[in-house]
Amino acid sequence: MILGLYNYWIVVVLMMVGFYIVIAHGNLIKKIVGLTIFQTSVFIFYISMAKVDGGTAPILAEGIKQYSNPLPHVLILTAIVVGIATTALGLALTVRIKEAYGSIEEEEIQEKDNLDC
Amino acid sequence: MLAHLPILQVIVPLMAAPLCLFLTRSRLVWLFALLASGLAFLISSLLLQQVMVSGTIIYELGGWDAPWGIEYRIDQLNAFLLLIISAISTVVLFAAHTSIQKEIPADRHTLFYILYLLSLAGMLGIVATGDAFNVFVFLEISSLSAYALIALGKDRRALWASYQYLIMGTIGATFILIGIGLMYQMTGTLNMYDLSQRLPEVENTRTVFTAFAFVIVGVCLKLALFPLHLWLPNAYAYAPSIVTAFFAATATKVAVYLLIRFTFSIFGLSFSFTTLPLQMLFVVLGLLGIFVASFAAIYQTNVKHLLAYSSIAQIGYMIVGFSVSSVTGLMATLLHLFNHALMKSALFLALAAVVYRIGSVQLSQFHGLGRQMPFTMAAIVVGGLSLIGVPLTVGFVSKWYLVLATLENGWWPVTVLILLGSLLAIVYVWRIVEAAYFKPPLAGREGINEAPLSFLIPIWTLVIANIYFGIDTRLSVQVAQAASQSLFGVSP
Repeated sequence: MILGLYNYWIVVVLMMVGFYIVIAHGNLIKKIVGLTIFQTSVFIFYISMAKVDGGTAPILAEGIKQYSNPLPHVLILTAIVVGIATTALGLALTVRIKEAYGSIEEEEIQEKDNLDC
Repeated sequence: MLAHLPILQVIVPLMAAPLCLFLTRSRLVWLFALLASGLAFLISSLLLQQVMVSGTIIYELGGWDAPWGIEYRIDQLNAFLLLIISAISTVVLFAAHTSIQKEIPADRHTLFYILYLLSLAGMLGIVATGDAFNVFVFLEISSLSAYALIALGKDRRALWASYQYLIMGTIGATFILIGIGLMYQMTGTLNMYDLSQRLPEVENTRTVFTAFAFVIVGVCLKLALFPLHLWLPNAYAYAPSIVTAFFAATATKVAVYLLIRFTFSIFGLSFSFTTLPLQMLFVVLGLLGIFVASFAAIYQTNVKHLLAYSSIAQIGYMIVGFSVSSVTGLMATLLHLFNHALMKSALFLALAAVVYRIGSVQLSQFHGLGRQMPFTMAAIVVGGLSLIGVPLTVGFVSKWYLVLATLENGWWPVTVLILLGSLLAIVYVWRIVEAAYFKPPLAGREGINEAPLSFLIPIWTLVIANIYFGIDTRLSVQVAQAASQSLFGVSP
């Protein structure tokens, strides 16, 4: 029962790993890495949920009776695009932050901000 | 043509955004963006009128039957929100051309309008759609453009604020995505109406509970409910002034709409409020938000920060109205959505005018502005009175209904706390008034004039709306009542 649902265990572990990195790390690039892992776990969740045991791709052909559900797979294509856009924007912001602050460590940026106030 | 209004509402600004690239001159792009936003406003007025006369409009995209295809379902609640968003966007955009001259480098003006229109399209899409996954897509369209818009701010802290918002916002949106996935897993559908029909069959499973929890936390991150509000003050304070005026009036409202839609329409009243202690949770967090944010607002030295904290407090009022879970309570929330959009956009636009003239929003720089910029400061005073909830302003109407709703439920301690919270608003509004009217002008700042008309016209349009809807409450109360009754399933 528990082992049979191993895909969900992978999802949850990845999700928590990603979430932990976002919270615990002060390096802006590492935070984005964590965020990407977090999002990827959701992709795996959608994809594995739609897989039917013994089912194939939903293409009409002789001798095939069972298909996997294609809808979540298509949904996740959209989500992947969104994820890439987010990562790209996050990295672009990091570049600008590095130019403006000379650092990509959360603590140092916060310190410089406090001096400005 | 009329039959296609629901999709045109979203498509017009979405298509207008890339077209901006073909217009090279800043003024042309501005006029074009204004036209697109104005069209969206016209469409939303027509939609609201249609909905109020003939009930819910259902529009099937591409002619595919729901629940297989995506449908747009416009009822009183959506139509009301669409009107708020497109109206505020148009009025704010009117001042954009002058304001961004001094805040954004000339080569980025076109990009600014593109992002603005995309953000508008995203918000309109979230509200118009009747498909849960579509909500996520539009949420990300509006959020991604919002992060970029905030990063356009002149101060380097804008970049850091934008980055923090990006991290928090993405976590929120991903939580919503997880929730939607779990719901799909249990019901096999993404259509909101279909979900509301099928969820009751599987209501008592742990998966549905988890889905609900993920969606609520995700939405609450987006609407900056205390204690998930940390991204908001800096994002509002360091973004270009026009962007702040637009987002303060619309972005969090869209998230409040999502909260109402998910709890009332999709999961249903009995599930949301009886199986889970949502009522208790929200009333406590709402009140805490009101007090913590209002106290924080009192100690700010940057006026944009001050008003941003006040926004968090106002979200608290909306959440308290929501947690009462009665027709009057929800009405109070919806009215406050409308009213808060009016007052905050007026206040932040007035600040944009101040930035245009003196280049700063530090409270210490406000000294003597009451005489130097009389119309702008008068607008801030009226907006401030509205924020406090003085009679004859819109702020009074929503506070009145909120007080009624809590008393109806016999929650008189909550009523007392709401009124105490309003007293705190007096303190922070007074600090601005004191600086502007009762302090001598700063030395070496004699040449400051009133803001140009391109600011004064939109500011005073909003200020007059603040007073008008405070006296003639027919439109706002009628629509809010109809929307709230239909959500509770009471036939009007």
